[in-house]
Amino acid sequence: MSIETPLPVLKPADFASDQDVRWCPGCGDYSILAQMKKMLPSLGMPRENIVFISGIGCSSRFPYYMNTYGMHSIHGRAPAVASGLKTSRPDLQVWVITGDGDGLSIGGNHLMHAIRRNMDLNIVLFNNRIYGLTKGQYSPTSPLGKKTKSSPMGAIDNPLHPLSVAIGCEATFVARSIDTNIKHLGAMLKRAADHQGTSFIEVYQNCNVFNDGAWSYAKDRETKFETTLELEHGKPLIFGKDRNMGIRLNGMNPEVVELGKGITEDDLLFHDERSPEPSLAYLLSRMRYEDGYPEPIGVFRSVDVPRYDEMVNEQIEIATKEKGRGDLEALFNSGETWKVS
Amino acid sequence: MATSTPSKPITNLDEATVRFCGDSGDGMQLAGTQFTNTSALLGNDVATFPDFPAEIRAPRGTKAGVSGFQIHFSSNEIFTPGDTVDSLVAMNPAALVTNLADLRDGGVLLVNKDAFEKKGLAQAGYESDPTEDDSLDKYKLHAVPMTKLTRLAVEGMGLSQKEADRCRNFFAMGLVFWLYDRSLDPTLRFIEAKFGKRPEVAQANTAALKAGYHYGETVEAINTQYHVPAAKLGAGSYRNIIGNTALAWGLLAAAQKSNKRLFLGAYPITPASDILHELAKHKHFNVLTFQAEDEIAAMTSTIGAAFAGVMAVTASSGPGIALKGEALGLAVITELPMICINVQRGGPSTGLPTKTEQSDLFQAMYGRNGECPMPIIAAQSPGDCFDIALEAWRLAVRFMTPVMVLTDGYIANGSEPWKIPEISDIPKITVEHPGPLTGGEEFQPYARDERLARPWAVPGTPGLEHRLGGLEKQDIGGDVCYDPNNHEHMCELRAQKVANIADDIPKQVLDGPDSGDLLVLSWGGTYGACATAVHFAQAANKKVSHCHLRYLNPFPKNLGDIFKRFDKVLIPELNLGQLDLMIRSRYLLDTIGLTKMQGKPFSVAEISEKIDQLA
Repeated sequence: MSIETPLPVLKPADFASDQDVRWCPGCGDYSILAQMKKMLPSLGMPRENIVFISGIGCSSRFPYYMNTYGMHSIHGRAPAVASGLKTSRPDLQVWVITGDGDGLSIGGNHLMHAIRRNMDLNIVLFNNRIYGLTKGQYSPTSPLGKKTKSSPMGAIDNPLHPLSVAIGCEATFVARSIDTNIKHLGAMLKRAADHQGTSFIEVYQNCNVFNDGAWSYAKDRETKFETTLELEHGKPLIFGKDRNMGIRLNGMNPEVVELGKGITEDDLLFHDERSPEPSLAYLLSRMRYEDGYPEPIGVFRSVDVPRYDEMVNEQIEIATKEKGRGDLEALFNSGETWKVS
Repeated sequence: MATSTPSKPITNLDEATVRFCGDSGDGMQLAGTQFTNTSALLGNDVATFPDFPAEIRAPRGTKAGVSGFQIHFSSNEIFTPGDTVDSLVAMNPAALVTNLADLRDGGVLLVNKDAFEKKGLAQAGYESDPTEDDSLDKYKLHAVPMTKLTRLAVEGMGLSQKEADRCRNFFAMGLVFWLYDRSLDPTLRFIEAKFGKRPEVAQANTAALKAGYHYGETVEAINTQYHVPAAKLGAGSYRNIIGNTALAWGLLAAAQKSNKRLFLGAYPITPASDILHELAKHKHFNVLTFQAEDEIAAMTSTIGAAFAGVMAVTASSGPGIALKGEALGLAVITELPMICINVQRGGPSTGLPTKTEQSDLFQAMYGRNGECPMPIIAAQSPGDCFDIALEAWRLAVRFMTPVMVLTDGYIANGSEPWKIPEISDIPKITVEHPGPLTGGEEFQPYARDERLARPWAVPGTPGLEHRLGGLEKQDIGGDVCYDPNNHEHMCELRAQKVANIADDIPKQVLDGPDSGDLLVLSWGGTYGACATAVHFAQAANKKVSHCHLRYLNPFPKNLGDIFKRFDKVLIPELNLGQLDLMIRSRYLLDTIGLTKMQGKPFSVAEISEKIDQLA
């Protein structure tokens, strides 16, 4: 009879490193760190099998605060570092922590290719719509007209929408949450961890020093029910404090409607996160507050597609099955050789 | 097919050099490769120099589109593809005009007469047909209607005229094979293997090859055959090998000898891509090839793989290494073992992608921000690329450092006979990973051993959880640390660790006496030309020795002492004097440089001429 030692049950505190957290007091990053530490024990995975990889920026200090393996790499390159790690060691759970500048500006190319390869990586993009660590320049998600140190007359670069980018890169899991909506954020992190393939989460994160209030419309108790919409698979798109507002399709375009007065739930758009076609998820990703829409939070898309890390190792198995385990002597003597005596 | 009974006199030669040249679509690289393999199988020592344009297909018939392949084969040991050519095959006027200068007086000149028509001549800048005036009189000219004869040979085999003309290189090969008394068998086997699935193509190429051979036998104008007997190489099994293949095989061997899976992160770039291609073919060796989205990702994925605990390698050329620069800094500061290969080509910028140069030594040595020391080693010949890969990985894991390997386009694409090593003779490479810590002790990721190497703790090991990164780290403990004295200390430690490699590498040896009038100091792919030129000088009783550096950083410990025993030090390089400047600054020595920046290797004559001026 064998006695199996059960895995020690880990607590959130077990995931805290001995480093002092050095984000500015009041930063949204604290909440994301707390939710991550709270969520990880639920995975039942030993700490040593988890790796956090980041680039450069405020968010990218994250790995130093986790008592797991980690690497604080260079600006924008975390998805590529993580790709080499995950390809070599599919047994590890790999998280990529990035921001709007790190992930969408200097590292845009790596983000795009990591997502399309669909390795089993969990990418969390902290979107605060500003460069924080370099003290306040406009970022790829800053709105048009945003006045910053580097755009004193207002930003004239069209902003990117992170989820639209991810969906355009063939993402298989896309979700959005908000730093202060802690229950929701924890649930999204768990969904991302459980997804087989690249998970991409955008977190609305407040930089209270350089861009305070960028997401206040989505976070404030008074407005959030009118400005955000929580997606649920298979359910109609309903929002509002009184749950009396909905989203209906008018041709190709979503429109905000009020329930009642002849409009029922059946007239509304129903969410289907498992739709093989990404069109619905893309349409949802385009719904912006400034255009008069509530901004969806939750899982936009979650589909099963073969993963790079799985396939690359499968090819090795197939090649080994066909040719046998690599034999140097056979290789060196393959083709034309001759003997000198 | 056995070589036929000679019906014409055969002249025995010690060695010969042949060059095939034609349009880049004419199959000259294939012709050269076949001739090389055949000569190697026959037991000659061989050295090759493929030379092709950066454009895949430049406009047909133009000088820009000329592609060449030179083979030097010998009964003696040789180190270079030869300075001058004994027989030149020119498939069109552009090839003739761009290559003729290298044909020695009295050499054999075989041209495809059919290509010498009005348009072709005009494209090459000829006002009249040189095969019909006396301008080529100093050569043994044979103007052969190769196009017509090839078409006749393949007639009735169901090929279009375009397809028939594609067999022309086999006709040329057949003729040269006859001229140098080489067997057709290896090429016939190649045709069968390559075109077996398209029998009509296999049949046509075979017919063209034999037609060329028979043309040599029967046509009266060509009245001499040459024979270069086998060389006396050391006993053993041999094969012909190209530098990039040898490097890839060396990586495979290093992975097996260290019991590691091999990860290659690479982005396509000339002339390094063949390393990626070769390794991608050998997945059954547990090889992961990751074609990254760019050079930066190739490097950073390699860092990720090194952190994961596998044998991590990236391969590129100068422009790619420039893009990897920042990430190489991360590799240095995280002190993870990995290999970065630079197959050098002409620069700056895109430069001369298909041509050779040695101008990235400074880039390897100084091309990163901060104090960022990295060991640098360089291969000297195609076969040596195998050994350099093993040595790079040995140093990387022993000293926990990225290692820069320099080769160049010349040795990467060139080939030579390679003595196949006994697998059991290849030394094991020991890799150690610290085991789990379960008693609550604190793991120290930046504690060091006597060489100053830190432990390679891999994810998945309980109790060793730690965070690496680009920010400066506290000595021993490895936390982020901005302390000024710690930073200085860490910079010194990293520098000292790389310097310590000098204690772990062989002392520098010389070819020739250990003192004299002149020391020729070389590195990398110029080995062959320098060795040959020094041998000539020694044969002429000059007091000249050759010192070929394999280790560029750190230098071997005894190098400074060697310099003291020679009156002069000559440093030939395919750059504007990079090793020269490194030697001058390190040893305060008044060296003499010899530089060349033409996208071509040194000829032996160029080195000899300089030696003769100095000794």
